[in-house]
Amino acid sequence: MNYHWNWGIFLEQVKGGDETYLHWLISGLGWTVAVALSAWVIALVLGSIVGTLRTVPNRWLSGLATAHVELFRNIPLLVQLLLWFFVVPELLPRDLSLWVKQEMPAKEFFTAVICLGLFTSARVAEQVRAGIQSLSRGQKMAGLAIGFTLPQTYRHVLLPMAFRIVIPPLTSEFMNIIKNSSVAFAIGVLELTFQARQMQEDSEQGIETYLAVTLLYFIVAFSANRVMALIERRSRVPGYIAAAK
Amino acid sequence: MIQIDNISKWYGQFRVLTDCSTHVTKGEVVVVCGPSGSGKSTLIKCVNGLEPFQQGDIIVNAISIGDPKTNLPQLRAHVGMVFQHFELFPHMSITQNLTIGQVKVLGRGKEEAQQRALKLLDRVGLSSQADKFPGQLSGGQQQRVALARALAMDPICMLFDEPTSALDPEMINEVLDVMVQLAQEGMTMMVVTHEMGFARKVADRVIFMDNGSIIEDAATEEFFGTPRSERAQIFLSKILSH
Repeated sequence: MNYHWNWGIFLEQVKGGDETYLHWLISGLGWTVAVALSAWVIALVLGSIVGTLRTVPNRWLSGLATAHVELFRNIPLLVQLLLWFFVVPELLPRDLSLWVKQEMPAKEFFTAVICLGLFTSARVAEQVRAGIQSLSRGQKMAGLAIGFTLPQTYRHVLLPMAFRIVIPPLTSEFMNIIKNSSVAFAIGVLELTFQARQMQEDSEQGIETYLAVTLLYFIVAFSANRVMALIERRSRVPGYIAAAK
Repeated sequence: MIQIDNISKWYGQFRVLTDCSTHVTKGEVVVVCGPSGSGKSTLIKCVNGLEPFQQGDIIVNAISIGDPKTNLPQLRAHVGMVFQHFELFPHMSITQNLTIGQVKVLGRGKEEAQQRALKLLDRVGLSSQADKFPGQLSGGQQQRVALARALAMDPICMLFDEPTSALDPEMINEVLDVMVQLAQEGMTMMVVTHEMGFARKVADRVIFMDNGSIIEDAATEEFFGTPRSERAQIFLSKILSH
């Protein structure tokens, strides 16, 4: 291979600027984490609500929740992102539409967060639903039998166990949202993948660039995985089979 | 206390209960028996509205279960229920299992609920397990905790849905002992069970169900002496022959 390796490239200054390439990557990493974490909050909150509603007896509520899941799960993520960025602003009322297109601060960032949050909320919802439905029917009955209302039964009986059960798939989802945040470069969010492309073009050291970026993604995703593993350990129920080692 | 009037229930086209009527007066112990699939578990779950029914009505303590205006949670808080598979809340300690209903439903203070819980645990012989979790107890112990959980709500009557069917033989008696004691103290009880020894000892009446209908509803001596229906005779001869 006729390639000129240069691992010192990260500390070199970018062309026409006084920062180093490392600055670019660190700044990109910051945006990646910001997009992923913000979207994760939306995904977790909304996904939990929608997933719970999918299991309630009220047909309207469960139907609405099902519609949410189907809508956000049946369209490719990248297409959704482009829809949010180019199409949704056009559909807004005129004043709001103008504001979004011309004045909204950090428009790309918020678009990416909303898009990724909603996309992932559909997946989280399915996992939460599966967790609730994996509990025996008797658990719900036991909650109701001591006089809990249905919301109390969910709050005190069903959801605490359902969430414990779905921590492993939720961990995957948390890692997915970090990795999926890379699509945000398509609408110009200055996140890690965007910065990587910029560095590759600017420095012409593509291999080092993408290897470094790979490592950075790996570290972030792996950290997320460790945090979730800690939560899983902390929330383990003594004597419960699914939590046994 | 419990008045069941012509209850019928369908799952889709399938009729699971046909015109069931009976009653449990205050202080009475009524055992419901019958082959599996006869609808006895379904019937007892109708009593506190855990299973909806399409026809007839059930009156518990002068409150109609079938009336859509009835506040079912409020009613259920005072009707204790013990399930076949215990259904303790696995993520809560034994004490929490006994206090959560008292605190969240009855509005008792934590301290008072705790006192009541410990007293009941002592009563079912499990004081030493107060801080453990359900998964760390044996089946018999879990069922006694479930009994204590129901009693913690100061129920006006108790429903038992096959409380010993999921237990190993050597654990059945520890649960039955508590139930016998409860019956002798005058608790109103409706008990779905195959434990005919228990029925003989404490039941005032025995109800025999088959195919979703109440076939026989008789005083205990009468039921074990000469059941009127042939179906009940066959059932008894099968389960009493060993």
